[in-house]
Amino acid sequence: MLEFSLHNAWLIPLLPLLAFALIGLAMHRWPSVSAMISILSIGISMLLSALVAVLVFSLSPGEIYEASVRWLSMPGLQVNMGMLVDPLAAVMLVVVTGVAFLVQVYSLGYMKGDPGIASYFGYQSLFAASMLGLVLANNFGQIFVFWELVGVCSYFLIGFWFGKYSARDAAIKAFVTNRVGDFGFLLGILFLQIVFGTLNFQELSAAIPGYTNAAVLLPIAVLLFFGPVGKSAQFPLHVWLPDAMEGPTPVSALIHAATMVAAGVYLVARAFFIFNAIPQAMTLIAIVGGLTALFAASIAIAQNDIKRILAYSTLSQLGYMMMALGVGAMTAGVFHLMTHAFFKSLLFLGAGSVIIGMHEEQDIWKMGNIAPKMPVTTWTFIIGALALAGIPPLSGFWSKDEILLGAYASGHTGLYILGVLVAFLTAFYMFRLVFVAFFGKNTAGRDKAHESPAVMTIPLLVLAVAAVLAGLVNSPLMHHVFGHFINAPGAIQPHPNTAIIVFSTLAALSGILLAWLIYQREVIKAEVIKEKFSMAYKVLYNKYYIDEIYGWLGVRLVDGAARVLFWFDIHVINGFVNLTAWFTGKSGETLRYTEDGQVQTYAIYMFAGVVIVLITALCGVFTALA
Amino acid sequence: MIGLSHYLIFSTVLFGIGIFGMLSRRNAIAVLMSVELMLNAVNVNFVAINRFVTSGQAAGQLFSIFVIVVAAAEVSVGLALIISIYRHRKSVDLNNFDLLKW
Amino acid sequence: MEFPVLSTTLFVPVIGAILIMALPAKKTGAIKNIAAVSTLASLVLSLLVFIAYDRQQGSMQFTEMIPWVQDLGVNYALGVDGISIPLVLLTNLIGFSAVFASWKIEERVREFFSLLLLLITGVMGTFIATDLFIFFLFYEVVVIPIYLLVIMFGSSKRVTKEYAGMKLTIYLLIGSAFLLTGLIALFVKARAITGVPSMDLVHLASLDYPLTFEIMVFAFMAFGFGTLLSMFPFHAWSPDGYAGAPTAVSMIHAGVLKKIGGYGLIRIGLLVLPGGARIIAPVIAVLALGNVVYAAYICLSQKDLKYIVGYSSVSHMGYVLIGIAALNLISINGAIMMMFAHGVMAALFFAMIGNLYEKSHTRNVDDFGGLAHQMPRLAAGFMIAGLASLGLPGMVNFIGEFTIFVGAFSTYKVFTIIAVTGIVLTAVYILRALGYVLFGPRKPEWDHLQDLKGPEMVPLMVLGTAILLGGIFPFTIMDLINSGVGEIIAQIGTLYVGGVL
Repeated sequence: MLEFSLHNAWLIPLLPLLAFALIGLAMHRWPSVSAMISILSIGISMLLSALVAVLVFSLSPGEIYEASVRWLSMPGLQVNMGMLVDPLAAVMLVVVTGVAFLVQVYSLGYMKGDPGIASYFGYQSLFAASMLGLVLANNFGQIFVFWELVGVCSYFLIGFWFGKYSARDAAIKAFVTNRVGDFGFLLGILFLQIVFGTLNFQELSAAIPGYTNAAVLLPIAVLLFFGPVGKSAQFPLHVWLPDAMEGPTPVSALIHAATMVAAGVYLVARAFFIFNAIPQAMTLIAIVGGLTALFAASIAIAQNDIKRILAYSTLSQLGYMMMALGVGAMTAGVFHLMTHAFFKSLLFLGAGSVIIGMHEEQDIWKMGNIAPKMPVTTWTFIIGALALAGIPPLSGFWSKDEILLGAYASGHTGLYILGVLVAFLTAFYMFRLVFVAFFGKNTAGRDKAHESPAVMTIPLLVLAVAAVLAGLVNSPLMHHVFGHFINAPGAIQPHPNTAIIVFSTLAALSGILLAWLIYQREVIKAEVIKEKFSMAYKVLYNKYYIDEIYGWLGVRLVDGAARVLFWFDIHVINGFVNLTAWFTGKSGETLRYTEDGQVQTYAIYMFAGVVIVLITALCGVFTALA
Repeated sequence: MIGLSHYLIFSTVLFGIGIFGMLSRRNAIAVLMSVELMLNAVNVNFVAINRFVTSGQAAGQLFSIFVIVVAAAEVSVGLALIISIYRHRKSVDLNNFDLLKW
Repeated sequence: MEFPVLSTTLFVPVIGAILIMALPAKKTGAIKNIAAVSTLASLVLSLLVFIAYDRQQGSMQFTEMIPWVQDLGVNYALGVDGISIPLVLLTNLIGFSAVFASWKIEERVREFFSLLLLLITGVMGTFIATDLFIFFLFYEVVVIPIYLLVIMFGSSKRVTKEYAGMKLTIYLLIGSAFLLTGLIALFVKARAITGVPSMDLVHLASLDYPLTFEIMVFAFMAFGFGTLLSMFPFHAWSPDGYAGAPTAVSMIHAGVLKKIGGYGLIRIGLLVLPGGARIIAPVIAVLALGNVVYAAYICLSQKDLKYIVGYSSVSHMGYVLIGIAALNLISINGAIMMMFAHGVMAALFFAMIGNLYEKSHTRNVDDFGGLAHQMPRLAAGFMIAGLASLGLPGMVNFIGEFTIFVGAFSTYKVFTIIAVTGIVLTAVYILRALGYVLFGPRKPEWDHLQDLKGPEMVPLMVLGTAILLGGIFPFTIMDLINSGVGEIIAQIGTLYVGGVL
């Protein structure tokens, strides 16, 4: 059975793909049938993934299983569709199928009554298929294919309620921003193909250590990193993720918190051997990640929309993971990816439950004291928030701690301090959200709040359990089993350090305390702080005006250039064409007056012609004689 | 002694008169007559060259008779056209016949 | 003697056209049915050829030859190889769809469909002729129906349909004038070398020409075929022409007729004149950048759907050009794949636009909004075409683009980097246009529009299937192309395959 699951791991992405095809071609008229097909297929995939994971983790750490079929090939270019099952892929398989399954079940409740339910589950299936294909990919070509496909699923699901202008624009923004990242990513892949003649991970990881030309490897690494910057919404391509919250909340939980946005982190982990060969590239990754973590956390404290706060939190945590990878703590990065997937999807689903319970209300200031009405949602949400804040012994504590440890142990003291600061900010903004939305003084919303149905609360409970326990796999309690399997040559594996544990926990606790003081006890009025630091508040509230700057650049540079070039095309190139036509017409117009209809004029022309011919002929005769 | 060159000069003058008449006269019948002059200039050439250069053969004479025949046909057709035009337009002035201009 | 598959494929539409002309003008139903049946027959036959072609053996297969003008070495010679089969298949896919895209035509039905069928034959003939003279003959057969169809059935927006038709025709003829000069020069030179008059492509390709001669003639060909392929700056006919033309003509023109340019550049340019190609290729590569980037930018400022697709097709031809100019196996494989892919995609796009225009009488992006509410199937068609156009994996266009980029990158680093920016720009204008047309709040003024149904679904089904199948199973087409291009490369010698930087 285990062997079977391993050799047939390709079924894991294929089943949801078949579900998509079935829904798209035949079943879209029957919403509930579509939903069942989709959930059934992802359920089977989940079981298969679990079997695969059990098998992989019972082998010795270095063992992998690889298989592929020919997809696109010609002399000099070979792109296969394959699968590479190793511990990293196995963990991702379990996380993706698990969260996807729970989210789809939850969606049964959340999307109830929506007219587009069939296509919703169709897209969900397509997304699951593409994401699983990405996870299993054994070469860069395949990863790029599925990379784009998850992007387009994200596009469809962000724009799912396409009747809203905001959803439409957010979907376009997400796809285009990702395309900018993919531009670099694709170039990086082209470089790899040209330099090494292969895109296969195993072959590349064998070839790269022997390749010493850093002048070539550095641009490759930087260009490849473009892709994760776009997909994992790192600064400066982060702008699409907050807007992506226009999609249905389960979508935000699955795609824009747990899985797809983590694909960038996954890619960096997967191609760790390339990045790790170039110290400058690693530094770049660490700095981009650290900056994003701080930058997004600072924005999150000034937002009022429950989903946007979570979105900025996601950005910040993704930055955290990138930072971990950048400092060389590959295990910690992937570990945080996994725990984050559980507790962040829990938080999003909880937020979705609140939004449904409050009848489409997303402003936390308009909620307030809904805890008594929605106990399950409240308490699972608090578990998620505690896990995110990194309070022991919840999962977030273990993974966040490893990252800070990695940053400290690798000598990146600046990034370590930044990480602690972010931990503090994270605890603060999460508990600002919790105190205001769930325990706030505002009672306007309390009367209409109601708990969600079981189909939504059960996934919350399951995820809450995962959010509590998932961290144990890499704790001393389980002998760091995770780290034994998920590792890369050259990645650091620091020893635990009690001082760091205490310090980061203190930072998180003080964040919670501050939030409690301001928003629950109101020792300091939030309004007063807002007044005092109105400049800073405005900057944060407007997300550092980055959207405005990009908008201005887009309108001025791109659309402006487009208009100028169109003018050029119409007036210069077409103008030249029309000028030629005009000249032809005009010369004909002029010459036709020589045709005056008089026989004698024509006779004169003829005579002149004969004379010219004669003269020419005579000249010829004379030259011949002479 | 009258030689070939005299004939040639004569025919050239005749041809010149014909050309001049054809290009400058406005009366269609005069133009037709000028064309006849040109044809006859050619005939003179044919006969003269046949006489002085290739006296053994009669090709030039033959051709001149040919030309006369064609000229007769041409004149008859031409005159018929002119008469037809005259019936319609009450004029044989070429300046009036420019229906085919530009 | 074997059954002449290619001749049958080629002349079934002509027979259809003759039958249609024999019918009374009022029998519009019968006329449309004949058109559909004859194009379907061609489609089925070309699918058979696609399947039956022996990929191991390669080279020209299904050859037919009837001597014609012996003094000039002209033979009626047909044959297909890995390069031409995808294009023949493309022609018939689009031809069949175009008949159904024109199903609603009610005036001068007889003229329309007989001209359309002639047009299809003309285009197909260029792809299967192995004799230069026959190639050129079919090329000229194309021009007349195009002109008549545009000025009789076209539509006037920014420019009048008469202007569009005239521009289109004159550009085609200018291209063909240069082409003819080149062809005659080639013929005369070849006869001077061997003493035997021959128009046979294989024979002409086997000779060595002086380098200056090759450069001269290749320049002529590059201009002639380049004009046909809307190479910058000779692209001005393309957006205006598509905008003025009726749906079916836009489909065929953008879909296949343009591809004659690329096909000719490869089949005649590269194969016969490799020396000239090597010298002129960098120039073509630079102009190709003009196509990719310049035209993509212009798309951003367009409001008329047909202009968007028109300029976008100019932009996509830039990929084909840079693929050809890179002169290696991978890039040329990609260029042919891209021609196929772009053909299917553009035809689907124009079919959808034509359908929408027929019902709403406008093509302005700003007039629409939220059409996915009223017309979900049309929206699906637009989405498939749009996503294919921006090179989404799973669609056949991605295969073409990716292969071209890999191939071109090994020859022109900087140029390719600039060309890859095209994928970002394309995403911007396509998604913007589709978003404004299909998404947003429901607009009540479009409530009367009916979604696709019946015959209107045929273009979507046929072309959409081709896009997806080609994208999911690229090896089916790519192996075929590779067998053809591999032979060309082997024959030219030199050119470089993958490997080191």
